[in-house]
Amino acid sequence: MSLALLLGALLAAACVVLVALPYLRRDDAPELLDEPGELERRRLELAEARDRALAALKELERDHRAGRVSDTDYRALVGPLRREAAEALRALEPRAAGAQRVKAPPPG
Amino acid sequence: MPELGRAALAATLGLALYALVAGAIAARTRRRRLADSAQTALLLTFATTLVATLVLLAAFARNDYAFVYVWELTSDRLPILYTLAALWGGQAGSLLFWLLLLTIYSAAAVLLNRRSSRDLTVWVVPVLATVMLFFSFMLVFVSSPFATQAAPEDGRGLNPSLQNPYMLTHPIFLYLGYVGLTIPFAFAIGSLLARRTDERWIVTTRRATLVAWTALGVGQILGSKWAYEEVGWGGFYAWDPVENAALMPWLAATAFLHSVMVQEKRGMLRLWNMLLVILAFALSIFGTFLTRSGILSSVHSFTESPIGAWFLGFLTFVVVGSLALVLARLPLLRTRAKLESLVSREASFLYNNLLLVALTLTILWGVLYPIVHEAVVGEARIVGPGYYNFFLKVFGLPLLLLMGIGPLIAWRRASLRGLGAAFAWPAAIALATGAGLLALGAGSSIPGLIAYTFSAFVLASIGLEFVRGTRARRALAGGSWPAAFSALVGRNRRRYGGYVVHAAIVLLAIGIAGASAYDTVTESRLARGETLAVGDYRLTYTDLVERQGANATLLRARLDVARGDDELGVLEAGKNAYTVERQVSNEVGIRTDLLTGTDLFVIAEQINPDGSVFLRVFVKPLVNLLWLAGFVFLFGALITLWPDAREQRRLALRYQGTDVPARL
Repeated sequence: MSLALLLGALLAAACVVLVALPYLRRDDAPELLDEPGELERRRLELAEARDRALAALKELERDHRAGRVSDTDYRALVGPLRREAAEALRALEPRAAGAQRVKAPPPG
Repeated sequence: MPELGRAALAATLGLALYALVAGAIAARTRRRRLADSAQTALLLTFATTLVATLVLLAAFARNDYAFVYVWELTSDRLPILYTLAALWGGQAGSLLFWLLLLTIYSAAAVLLNRRSSRDLTVWVVPVLATVMLFFSFMLVFVSSPFATQAAPEDGRGLNPSLQNPYMLTHPIFLYLGYVGLTIPFAFAIGSLLARRTDERWIVTTRRATLVAWTALGVGQILGSKWAYEEVGWGGFYAWDPVENAALMPWLAATAFLHSVMVQEKRGMLRLWNMLLVILAFALSIFGTFLTRSGILSSVHSFTESPIGAWFLGFLTFVVVGSLALVLARLPLLRTRAKLESLVSREASFLYNNLLLVALTLTILWGVLYPIVHEAVVGEARIVGPGYYNFFLKVFGLPLLLLMGIGPLIAWRRASLRGLGAAFAWPAAIALATGAGLLALGAGSSIPGLIAYTFSAFVLASIGLEFVRGTRARRALAGGSWPAAFSALVGRNRRRYGGYVVHAAIVLLAIGIAGASAYDTVTESRLARGETLAVGDYRLTYTDLVERQGANATLLRARLDVARGDDELGVLEAGKNAYTVERQVSNEVGIRTDLLTGTDLFVIAEQINPDGSVFLRVFVKPLVNLLWLAGFVFLFGALITLWPDAREQRRLALRYQGTDVPARL
């Protein structure tokens, strides 16, 4: 057997051992992976909506301060954005029950 | 050692197959040990592919002509750096390099996300493994770099046009770009498979997408410089299908990088972004197919190519499979937010996207048309630069203008009064520039004049953005102007890095317009002592010299260059005769004026036995802005890519679900 073939065989064997390692190791972690449930998925959507609303508000303030957004445009935009941000925050309030959270009004 | 290389590639194939099957079962059944095992298999593909690559590199370093691939691309006299770079000089080596980069990207993506985005990563593994499986299959069964023969005395040598320093960098960047687009594609498809409705796949792959896009952009600039210096026809971009193959995915990725901001800021364009990611990846596979299948030579060489049909099959599988999945998950991709106004930042991004996609598809049709025509009619057709240049003007000029308009408009909607105030200064500067250039005689090219006027508008709007932002930052936090500027950019890296990239595109537009719309060209046969005038320059042919290089004979015409009363020195242009390759290459002479960015570009088209030379000479104004644009582009991209610890913390908290709702 040539050295190359021997090295190839060793490489293959090492791969097999390493791939099998998760089955050979003993640990106490649960056998099944966590899967985000409906509630968790909804929480994520709401968190994204909240971050989006807060970021939009922050950007509007910044643009207005820098003079990119006129006073008229600022006044027209800031109200709906604040309401949107407040709604997103309310939907994520810890006191709101899970079911209520799922029913919270959609973002955007 | 070819056996070791073959064994290593077979191991990669086996590991990819296992990662695909085990990964898919694990994702479906949520079995943790199986998922870990599949991930390990995917990570190990890097080690096995690296072994295969090192075996091939060692064969190159030893000039081991028992390897057919080494014999085909090198010779004893080829300098060592080109010998090693020949790894990606041919088909099988390119596929191996593709696979190696894919295993690196995949390992990085899995290692960086397996804890923070485990539920998504578990679905990404089989997608990455599918792409890996295809490339490793090709390398094991269809186009092996480890085919052997009885070793000949010497190799066949490397194509002379590849013997250029840019050969060492340009392909690396292009492949980093092509392959990098696999990561956002895999996460997008993984997200659909997992039925995720959140935007985690976008957040997770933002940096990988930017890396791939930056690499593809830098690779194309390097490729243009290579073509400019080495191919020697006097241009930097010929709309060659191989060049277009890199441009198309870059344009699609550019559209995605813009539209993804609309999804992040407004929750819109979910379906569109998914389609753009698929398009960018499919175009990167199409690009590799185009350059490697032989289809560009003719449809007949495609049918003879061992890899053509396989690539076409994989491309079809990617496109059809992805679109079928998108259709199946359509309800998850619905957007609740609506476009509030046609005059808003998101609307400008939408226009930008439509123009970019239109340009991409127009180029795609230009590439496909000759192939389709030959297949259907049986007669070869060429789509010339006229077609592409026309559409570049039609779609490119409005795109240039939009780069200046977009940053000045607010998100959601803007009033006409507000717009008037925002646009006043940039519009005034643009009009003044246009009028000034017209007075200076730039009206000889209307598209050139429009490009310069729009460029002035964009640069003014970018400058204004920096000034306004810095002033506002200083008013809020105090401190010096430089400190306020630094804080402004540091806190908004994506935005201001993006503006720097826009400035690079403007430099590119100015350079292209200058070099193509306002260049001068003269050609003449000169005997020793004769002079040729071109633009402000005078070239006097003084002598013909012959030198011996490492693997070629160099023949150079020496020219004394003068402008007005100034003697500017000697310029050499000529030809290299490569002994082993039995080919002759044009070696152009370039004199750069750093102050004006203008090049004097000399091609010695013909060197006659009587010692006379036939010269073609160009004066190319502002062409050096193209290369400067490359540096500015990279700088802007690095600003955008630089990690923002505050944002990373915020995103980590969002997806870990431990953040407390913030207060207004």
